[in-house]
Order: sequence, then structure tokens, then C-alpha cells
Amino acid sequence: MATNSTALPKTPATTRIQRRFEELGRRSEMGLVAFLTAGDPSLEATESFVLALDDAGADVVELGVPFSDPLADGPAIQRSSERALRAGATLPGVLDLVASIRRKSDVPLVLFSYYNPVLQMGVERFARRAADAGADGVLITDLTPEEAGEYRRTVRAHGLDTIFLAAPTSTDERLARIAEASSGFLYVISRTGVTGARESLPEDLPALIRRVRRVSRLPIAVGFGISLPGQVSILGGLADAAVVGSALVQEIEQASSVHAAREALGARVRVLKHAGKTGMSRREPGA
Amino acid sequence: MTTAVKTWPDVHGRFGPYGGRYVPETLVAPLEELEQAYAAARADATFQGELDELLRNFAGRPTPLQFASRLTEHLGPRIYIKREDLLHTGAHKINNCLGQALLAKRMGKRRIIAETGAGQHGVATAAVAARFGMECLVYMGTEDMERQRLNVSRMKLMGAEVVGVNAGSRTLKDAINEAMRDWVTNVRTTHYLLGSVLGAHPYPQMVRDFHKVIGEEARRQILQAEGRLPDLLVACVGGGSNAIGLFHAFLEDTGVKMLGVEAGGRGYQLGEHAARLAEAMGFTGARPGVLQGTYTYVLQTADGQIATTHSISAAWTIPPSAPNTRSFPSSIAPNIPPRATTRLSTPRARWRVSKALSRRSKAPTRWPL
Repeated sequence: MATNSTALPKTPATTRIQRRFEELGRRSEMGLVAFLTAGDPSLEATESFVLALDDAGADVVELGVPFSDPLADGPAIQRSSERALRAGATLPGVLDLVASIRRKSDVPLVLFSYYNPVLQMGVERFARRAADAGADGVLITDLTPEEAGEYRRTVRAHGLDTIFLAAPTSTDERLARIAEASSGFLYVISRTGVTGARESLPEDLPALIRRVRRVSRLPIAVGFGISLPGQVSILGGLADAAVVGSALVQEIEQASSVHAAREALGARVRVLKHAGKTGMSRREPGA
Repeated sequence: MTTAVKTWPDVHGRFGPYGGRYVPETLVAPLEELEQAYAAARADATFQGELDELLRNFAGRPTPLQFASRLTEHLGPRIYIKREDLLHTGAHKINNCLGQALLAKRMGKRRIIAETGAGQHGVATAAVAARFGMECLVYMGTEDMERQRLNVSRMKLMGAEVVGVNAGSRTLKDAINEAMRDWVTNVRTTHYLLGSVLGAHPYPQMVRDFHKVIGEEARRQILQAEGRLPDLLVACVGGGSNAIGLFHAFLEDTGVKMLGVEAGGRGYQLGEHAARLAEAMGFTGARPGVLQGTYTYVLQTADGQIATTHSISAAWTIPPSAPNTRSFPSSIAPNIPPRATTRLSTPRARWRVSKALSRRSKAPTRWPL
């Protein structure tokens, strides 16, 4: 399932992301994508956090490359980016972190960045180094398919998935274009606005997911505002994975030590993953 | 070559290599809607007529082109000052605010948000929002609110809500980030009235178009006064709106030189100045990059993090410069020397100029320093 029929010549699923979603599909299990800002509070700490997330059952880990002007993010991730930058995190440092994690874990890794740091490194150099380090996919927050022609070719040529965002404001025509440019999975933004935990899911989310399904067979991960087991449970009937970010970043902010943060992250992800495996989220096999 | 410059941007919102649309997906459809609405308004005589009426009777156009006789005596060359400071709310900013507010009304948006640095754009936005009976919210860095308290009061007086931004450098760049966060959240009801020739397409084009009246008037006025075109145009460049507004009408006049003045701050190192276009003069840290929706020259570190700037002026602190002002030097045929070059101004030099202007021409006491 879930390979993009229009984007590239048909090849067997090759990235860790694609394989993980195939497994989840076979088990008809809801996936959990966990986001952390790389380097908050340090790159070493992030490494131990990612390993804990993997142990706790996260299916994909997104590593946020900290940026000085994160205009798509709410306060929690903004503060986290500031902490990471103050601690000296840079894109080359994040790529070294990926390599180090990859020596210890097989968890699918997505690099999540604003465009400018990637552009300054050079897209070709970035893609080569990311692939060599063992990353599996890239998502650039402020890059849409229209501006991404060369980026997409370059990143794909290095065997990395290109994940694009779909939004409630995207027209059907745009959704088709986004689906065509994406591989691995589609990241559906649940609501207009910035990242950040919220109490409820928007009412128009099922309609948005139906619109996306009409134009794409890629797995759908829903993010922005997801933090509670109940939300993950409800999403299980609609999407293939839930993305949790701000809630995890806040666990790190509130913890008294790196050790405590690691414990809290593990506990939070176990609860969310459990909600994804049970209750309302259980879907009929093959549905 | 120069014709191409004048008709830029292309259909992708590019001014040569600069410009474009680098935004989170949520904003793409609204920007497309804005682009279409603007194209329709541009071609609509009723819209243009309404705008002309507002520029005349609300803003106070045309503004005079004052011959600065004593400054001319003092310095030598015949100097004229285009008195945009005499417009309602005290700066050129109102030209663009009227255009965009009229467009927002056409699009059925009832809520206007804006960013402001020195406060001039915020004040102009508050004034047009009051004129059209729209809800108005202005984002302003807390650092800027402190040094521009009077403008904060003026905005509030006209019914705008002013929201202090405490993130990052607490100045204009951070106010823009916060306005974009608001817009991405409330995009269905809200128009973002961006005040500089920055941001994603169609903003740089739209802001330029609404300000080009400055140069069109000045060109007519100087021909009437002197019977010839000027040798040199001088404008300060923060985001670039008044510079492109003045320069645009002269782009095909190959004999007219253009000079943009950037904030030299207190030194040449990154973080000490706000000069994006003056690398030839030794100011470091400006390279093409993507910030706040557009590809242009940005003050940044080697790792692509946006740098802080230094200028005594709140209006001149912004790290990116307009994609369309940047395009001048590289877009001119190689056999013609670059026509838009930039020079630096230090705080001391600027005070000197300001004093000379105020004493010898009785002109702009509210000169946008």
C-alpha cells in the first residue's frame, strides 16, 4: 500500500518510513509520529530522548532543526528553538546527531526544518549529508511544491522521502499537487494556525481527511494541536498516524533534569501509542 | 533590460532571482486569493478612482516637491525634497495602507492586522482601519514600543489594539513573525496589511504599486520646476517601500542615478549594522536567503540563522531588504554602471543631515530617521 502512484517510477518501498507505515497497515495499527527540537537542551540529550521515544513505541521521529524565526510555530516550539540555538545547535550538528542515533536505533527519522538553514548549507550538500547520516525523510515548513522543484529532485535522488504539508485552506487542486510531490507520508495540518497543544480536534477535520484521501494513497499523519490520548484515539478512525510535538517539547521544558525529561517523554508516548492501538482507533483490517 | 525591471515581477512573483512565495501551506491559498483580488482591482477603474479620491482627500496627495533653497546654497547641487512627511499620519506609509484597506474591503475582510517598527506604518494602518470601520490589531516589538511611545498612543487613540511582541530581538522582524502567526490562524476573516516591500508574492508588487505614486508625482513636478530630470535620487532603505516608491517611475530614465541609504549602525560586523546591500563597503553578513516568505538579501549567520541588527532607528532595523530594491544592481545591462547603489549612514551623519534639513529648509521635523 501507500506508495505514490504518480510521483516516481514504481519501486518497492525502500525507506524506513515507507516500511514502517506498511507494517502499521498490516497490523491496522495507528502510528505515532513524535517531534522534538534537536539540541534542546543539548544534542546529547536529544539523542537519549529519541532512543527513549523509540523504546516507548514512537513510529517516526521528527527532528526539528532550530531556526531563529519559526513563524509557523507556537510559543512552546519557539521557546524550544531559542533554547537549542542558545545551546549552540546548528544544522551540521543536527546531522551528526542523526548519524549518532542511527548507530543505535532503526527508528525512521525525518528532518523538519525551515528552508533558510538548508538553503545556506546548499540543498545538494544537505541531502547528501542527511542521507549519509541515515535520515529517512525531509519536511520543510515554508516550502510548498511550487517553489520546491529542484529541492524535491535533489532530496529524492539521495533516497530520502519528501514530505509536504496539506492544510485546511488547501484547495482540491493543491492537495493533488501536494500529494504528487510527497513520499513517505502526507502531513495534514489539522487546523489553520501555528503549532501548539489544544483541547479538541477541529470539526472540519474528517472532511479535510476525506478530501486528501480522494487524491492520494499515501499514509496520512495529522498534526498541530494533538496532545491527548483521546485525540489520538479518535484520529485512529480517520488517519494513519498522529503527530505530537508541542506537548513533548513542553515535557522537556518542565522537567527538572534530562533524566526526568526522558522519563516523562517515554511515559507520554507510551500512553499516546496505547491509545493508538486500542479503543476507538482500532480499524477493521484492510479498511 | 530596464523595461524588464519595470514590469517585474513575473508570474511567479520573481524580481529576477529574488522574491517568490516561501510560506507554510496554510497561507498559499489566501495568498493566491489576494493575488487574484489584487489583479482584478488593478484592472478596475472604479477601484482606482476610489483610491485616487482617498489619496487626494484623506491622505493629502499630491505632496509638494519643495526646493530646498538654503540647503542648496549650503551644499551646491540643486536639492528638492519630496514632502511625503506632509501626508496624513506623517509618512508615505498611508499610500499603501489606503490601497490595501480598500482591497481588503473588496475581499470582504473585516479585520486588519499589521506589524510596525517605528510606528508610522502602525499609525497609518490604524487610521485607514478607522476610516473603513474595520477592527485593527498592530503587532509591535516591546523594544520599539518603548522608544516610540507617542506612536503607540496615536494608534490606540484611533481605536487600534497594539500587541507587544516579546520574542527574539523584540523589534520589527519579530513583529512580522507574530503578525504572520496571527494571519495563519485567522486567515479566513483577516487581511494582513504588510507595510514594507517584503513578504511573499504578491506583497512586494502590491506595496510597490501603491507607493509608485511618489515617483510619478516627483517626476512630473521636477520636469515642471526644472524642465529636466534629476541627476540623482536619494532615499533611505529599511524595508525599501519609500525607496522603490520614488525610484520606480524613473527606471527607464537611464541618466538618473539612484542612491539608497542604509543604516550603518556602529560597526562592520554582523549584528552591529543593518546594511544588506552594501557588502562592497565592507559590511558583513548579508547573503541571499529565505525569510518571512521571500528570497532576498538577509543579514544572517553562516548557519542561516537570522541575525540581529543595529540602528538607532526602529524603522531601519529589519534584516531583509526588499526583493525588488535588491534587483536593481544585478539587473542592469553590464555596460551601464549599476544605478541603484547603497551608501551607509551612521547615527552621527544622520543627525547632521537631520539638523541641516530642519534648519535650512524648515522641512521635515518628522523626517523618518
